[in-house]
Amino acid sequence: MQAETSRPTVPNLVQTNKPSRFALRWKELKRSKHYYILMSPYMLVFFTFTVIPVAFSLLLSFTYFNMLEFPRFVGLQNYSRLLLDDDVFMIALKNTLLFALITGPVSYVACFLFAWIINELSPKVRAFMTLVFYAPSIAGNVYFIWLIVFSGDRYGYLNGFLMKYGFKLEPILWLTTEKYILPILILVQLWLSLGTSFLAFIAGLQTIDKSLVEAGAMDGIKNRWQELWYITLPSMRPQLMFGAVMQITASFAVADVSIALAGFPSVNYAGHTIVTHLLDYGTIRFEMGYASAIATVLFFMMIGTNIMTQKLLRRVGE
Amino acid sequence: MTLGVKVLSGFRLSRKLNRSLTVSLMLFLLLAVFGCFMALPLLFAVNNAFKPLDELFVFPPRLFVNNPTTDNFYDLFALMGNSWVPLSRYIANTLFITIAGTVGHILFASAAAYPLAKYRFPGSKVLFNIVVLSLMFSGAVTSIPNYMVMSWLGWINTHASIIVPSLGFSLGLFLMKQFMEQIPDALLEAAKIDGANEYRIYWTIVMPNVKPAWLTLMILQFPILWGSDGGNFIYSENLKTLHYALGQITQGGIARAGVGAAVALMLMIVPIALFIVSQSSVIQTMTTSGMKE
Repeated sequence: MQAETSRPTVPNLVQTNKPSRFALRWKELKRSKHYYILMSPYMLVFFTFTVIPVAFSLLLSFTYFNMLEFPRFVGLQNYSRLLLDDDVFMIALKNTLLFALITGPVSYVACFLFAWIINELSPKVRAFMTLVFYAPSIAGNVYFIWLIVFSGDRYGYLNGFLMKYGFKLEPILWLTTEKYILPILILVQLWLSLGTSFLAFIAGLQTIDKSLVEAGAMDGIKNRWQELWYITLPSMRPQLMFGAVMQITASFAVADVSIALAGFPSVNYAGHTIVTHLLDYGTIRFEMGYASAIATVLFFMMIGTNIMTQKLLRRVGE
Repeated sequence: MTLGVKVLSGFRLSRKLNRSLTVSLMLFLLLAVFGCFMALPLLFAVNNAFKPLDELFVFPPRLFVNNPTTDNFYDLFALMGNSWVPLSRYIANTLFITIAGTVGHILFASAAAYPLAKYRFPGSKVLFNIVVLSLMFSGAVTSIPNYMVMSWLGWINTHASIIVPSLGFSLGLFLMKQFMEQIPDALLEAAKIDGANEYRIYWTIVMPNVKPAWLTLMILQFPILWGSDGGNFIYSENLKTLHYALGQITQGGIARAGVGAAVALMLMIVPIALFIVSQSSVIQTMTTSGMKE
C-alpha cells in the first residue's frame, strides 16, 4: 500500500523498511508456535523411532558393528558380501519377491473384489460379511490356528481329511517338507491380508456418487464391468492408491507367519524371507552393520515398488 | 439356511442398474466360498477351546465340538495358578501395554494431525510427506537402530519399549489428518472469535468431532499391541505378555493342546468384539483415507 502512494523515486527506501525475509520467516514461525507445540510429542516419537533410525541404518550399513566395539567403517563390503557371497540371502530374496509378486497383487485384487461384491449387499449383511473377511487380520496374531490344520500328525485337519478319504495313507509333514512350506505360507499370508485396505475400499465404494452411476447408464454403460472400469475405479483412485501402499508394504515384510508356522530358521531356509534374514543377523548373530545393509536393501525395495505402483495407479480408468 | 436367503435378498437385484442375475449369483457364490475360507480357521479355534481332550485327539479329526466343555479354561487357570508368574499377571501386562499404547497414540496422533489438517505453516507439508513416505516401509527396516536407541535410553526390559514407539505409528496420524480435514473451518473460526486458544480448540472442538477416527486408530493399534509378545525387548518373566504366555503353553506339546486353544480364544475374541462395536465408525473414517495425487 505504501509503495503505491509514494513517488517513483522512493521504492528503494520503502524496500529497506520492509522486514527482511528472515524476519518474515521468524514471524511466521512464531505465529505457528502453537502448532509446533501440538505436534511435538508425536513428532518426537516418530523421528526417534522411525525417521532417524532409517538414516542411522543407512550409515551403519557401511560399517562392521557388533554392539560391543565402536563401529568400524568397511565401505561397501557388507553390500558386496550380501549380494555376491550370501547364498541364504539369495533364497530369502527369492522368497520375498515371490511373496511380493503373489500375495501383493492377489491380496490387493481380493481386497477390492470382495469389497466390491459386499458393497452390493444390504447394510446388515454387508456389516456381517465385512466382519468375516476382516476378522483374521485383527485376531491378534492367532495364525498358529493354521498349525492345527497343517499339523504333521494324523490329528491335523488336512492330514485327517486326506487319510480318511484315502487320498493318502500316511500323514504328510506339511510344515517341515521343503516344497510345501512356501505355498502354505503364501496361503496363510493371503488369509491375513484383508486388512486396512479392505476397509478403505468398502468405505470408498460407499461414497461413490449415485448420480454418476445413473448418468453412466444413460450414456450407454451396459453392464457392471463397464460401470466398474469407467465409474467405480476412477472414483476410488485415492483409496486404491492408499490400499496399494498398505498391501505392498505388508507383502514385502512377511516374517511373523513364517517364524510361527515354519520355524526359525525353517527347513533348508524354505520359508526364509529378507526380514527373517535381517532378524537372524540382527538379533542372533549381532552383526549389526550387515543387518543394516539388509534393512537398507529392503527399504529401497519397498519404497521403489510403492512409488512405481503409485505412478501406475494414476492411470486407472484413463 | 436363513442366512443364505438373507444374503441373497441382500442383493436387491431388481432395483439396481446394469446387473444380470447370473453374474450376481456367481459373485455371491465366490463370496460365500471365500467367506468360508476366511471364517473356518477362526471357527476351528473356537471349537477347539471347548473340546474335551478325547475329542481333540480323535481320528479322523472333527471340526466341530460334540460335547462342549469349559474344562480347558479351568485347566488353564489351575495350570497358571501353580506357575511362578500367575496368568493374571500376563493379562495385566497385556492390558496395560495395549491401553496405554492405544490411548497415548490417539492423543499424540490427533494433536499432531490437527495443525497438519487445518493450517499451513513452515514445514507442515514436508512433515506430512515424510509421514506418508513412512507408510511405504515396515518396522522391520528400523528394527536394528531401534534396538540401540532402546538400550541407550535404558528402556530394554521395560514396557516403555513396546508402548512408546507405538505412539508414533504413522498410519494413525495419516488417517486422523485426512479425517480432520472435513471439519468445517467456520467452526474453528467461531471458536477463535470467542477467544479460545489453539489447545482449547483442539480439545473441545476438534476432538469431539473426530470420535469415529479415535475408534479407527484404536482398531488398528489395538490388535498389534494386544498380539505383541514383547519382541526382543522384554526379558523378565513378570513383564511378559499374554501372547508370550500362550507361546509357552503351546510349546508344552500335546497335553496342552486344549489349554492352548483356550488362550487362543481369549486372545482373538477381544479385538474382534471391539471391531463389531466400532465397525460403522471405522468405515466412516476410512472414506477419507484416500491418498491425494
